[in-house]
Amino acid sequence: MELLSGADMIARFLQDEGVEYIYGYPGGAALHIYDALFRQDKVKHILVRHEQAATHAADGYARASGKPGVVLVTSGPGATNAVTGIATAYMDSIPMVVLCGQVMSHLIGEDAFQETDIVGVTRPIVKHSFSIRHPSEIPEVLKKAFYLASTGRPGPVVVDIPKDMTAPTERYEYIYPKKVKLRSYNPVTRGHTGQIKKAVELMLKAKRPVFYTGGGVVTGKASEGLTDLVKKLGFPITTTLMGIGAYPQSDQQSLGWLGMHGSFESNMAMHHADLIIAIGARFDDRVTNNTSKFCPTAKIIHVDVDPSSISKTVRADVPIVGPADSVISEMISLVQGQPITHPEALKEWWEKIDGWRAERHGKLYEPSKPGEALKSQEVVEALCRITRGEAYVTTDVGQHQMFAAQYYKFDKPNRLITSGGLGTMGFGFPAAMGIKQNFPDDDVVCVTGEGSFQMMMQELSTCKQYGVGVKILNLNNASLGMVRQWQDLNYKSRHAHSYMESLPDFHLLIEAYGFTAITVTTKEELEPALERAFADKHELVFLDVKVDPFEHVYPMQVPLGSMRDMLLSKTERT
Amino acid sequence: MRHIISILLENEPGALSRVVGLFSQRNFNIETLNVAPTEDPSLSRLTVTTVGDDRVIEQITKHLNKLIDVVKLVDLTEGNHIERELMLVKVKALGAARDEVKRTVDIFRAQIVDVTPSLYTVQITGDAAKLDAFLQAMAPVGILEVARTGVSGIARGDKVLSL
Ligand SMILES: Cc1ncc(C[n+]2csc(CCOP(=O)(O)OP(=O)(O)O)c2C)c(N)n1
Ligand SMILES: [Mg+2]
Repeated sequence: MELLSGADMIARFLQDEGVEYIYGYPGGAALHIYDALFRQDKVKHILVRHEQAATHAADGYARASGKPGVVLVTSGPGATNAVTGIATAYMDSIPMVVLCGQVMSHLIGEDAFQETDIVGVTRPIVKHSFSIRHPSEIPEVLKKAFYLASTGRPGPVVVDIPKDMTAPTERYEYIYPKKVKLRSYNPVTRGHTGQIKKAVELMLKAKRPVFYTGGGVVTGKASEGLTDLVKKLGFPITTTLMGIGAYPQSDQQSLGWLGMHGSFESNMAMHHADLIIAIGARFDDRVTNNTSKFCPTAKIIHVDVDPSSISKTVRADVPIVGPADSVISEMISLVQGQPITHPEALKEWWEKIDGWRAERHGKLYEPSKPGEALKSQEVVEALCRITRGEAYVTTDVGQHQMFAAQYYKFDKPNRLITSGGLGTMGFGFPAAMGIKQNFPDDDVVCVTGEGSFQMMMQELSTCKQYGVGVKILNLNNASLGMVRQWQDLNYKSRHAHSYMESLPDFHLLIEAYGFTAITVTTKEELEPALERAFADKHELVFLDVKVDPFEHVYPMQVPLGSMRDMLLSKTERT
Repeated sequence: MRHIISILLENEPGALSRVVGLFSQRNFNIETLNVAPTEDPSLSRLTVTTVGDDRVIEQITKHLNKLIDVVKLVDLTEGNHIERELMLVKVKALGAARDEVKRTVDIFRAQIVDVTPSLYTVQITGDAAKLDAFLQAMAPVGILEVARTGVSGIARGDKVLSL
């Protein structure tokens, strides 16, 4: 029998669970745990410079690796600093376990130094949370936390750990629990066969079908199956922002992504479809636009592992509760060898879609002319060329995020890493850091804006400490571009606080940390600068690219309209 | 429509706040809420009455089921059920009103459980409508204080909500 203190149990559990990295920041209530981490060398702790960055780094790691990200913070301000990152992970269903130090049990409720009811604060933004009430519970509670975070619809789990639970003097038996059971938690493992049959019948009979798939296919590791199914049927497919790459975007059947800034052909196809096959997507308002005008002629099949996602905003005709991978493979076996009923209708449908494609071909944006400021769009296209479409691309939030998603072509899942649900500025850089540490030989680039980058730029210091060679592509329009775009459209260009006065000299700033910065202002400088930036995989390089501050992101759905109601440029609309 | 949802809940700290928090977070409404342990000390039974159309009620039950602490639930209003609520009321009982109150108490099959020279404390059980009617009848006399438990309920017949 092995007797360990609570703190040592935590360290041992993390080892036994196979955790490689833990992102955190120390403080009083977490010091016993830090001491236990110090006395082992299997779990590597990465010291960030702000707890929010710890959560985003763990989140980036989780998205890229498919394994839960792990965070360790102290009580009070440490824990509250982590809140934005927890909410970000929650909205995008990312598996994460957040260990929070807490004041001693006997002080709880007394407004003790650095006391915050973090379980209460995070209650609406976690999948579940635990408070440790006895050190001996630690192995089982941690196992439950990892199990809950990573199964079913994944999400963040908070574990609150009062300091006395980790005291070095009190030792209890430690056994690594290989399995846990929770009587009230049984995530579905497969869909209802009858419903799947019904869905497949509709699919075979459809005349104007569209696949609409989301992050659930990515987190559910169902991309291969999805690609197979879509290929077998020959149907068009559009994904959500979160679902990008689940089906190769370079394939003919891919229409790109849909919604507020989605592709013209995606939104048009959705609006005119007679059947929508939604898998692991949640019909959120950035996709559907006005739900009462949403896809007026379509029947809807909705596959989701979370029953509460189904018929939440748009009623499903064929609801299927189940994980994407198993439902898709059942669909494949039913579709196998079955001819579709209306091949000529599908052909006409494709002609229509190709017509929409042709309509916008070459008109998506106007590239810069010599002497003009660079367009963000062409910068992202160049990035895609130089990295052969193979980089991990994280983004912050704003115009640059949309441009990155529109103009980088993703053929693999988990390659666009972006805060889709919460839209958290500051996400991109620490997320890139978390990814790079786990994929040191891949290109990891954060496409950011000068506004967003300044929210988490302190992490340059973390990159310096651990030699993290991410690339940062700052699409510098010297303004809060997305805010400005809305002000142009809705407030007669009254730019209330959407400009960035007193930007730092990014060049000097980056050099202060000992890294390389390259400033780009012309088209001629662009590709060489990118080549230079990606020459060494292990070097952090910052590209400060001055781009046109007046550019807008298009298409853009018209508020309260249907999916097909879009502004296509500053002068065109559907 | 009004629905009565009964929930078996893990008897854990924080479990109740998760249920209540869900209602405010998702903009669902709670009319009454009643909670107490069951014969199994690891479980509480919580009964909530809420109002909403079918879509809203479907969302409420799905989100409740998603909470890790919710072990099982039933929408009692989907079938035949018994609904009860207990109310304690202090009413003025002075002069002629003293007899008047006593008569009304008898009509409602309520009980006077405490007496002072100036007031009666009445205990009454029934469904929410009966309790409302009693309060209406007492209003002219003067209601001093009301304590209602909120609705508790159980399905009729052989149906059982258990693990
Ligand atoms: C933490 C946070 N605060 C505010 C916002 C609102 N917001 C959305 S986009 C944006 C502007 C972002 O500016 P920048 O990072 O420079 O990107 P750009 O749009 O210029 O490309 C703002 C303020 C947000 N998404 N996140
Ligand atoms: Mg900007």
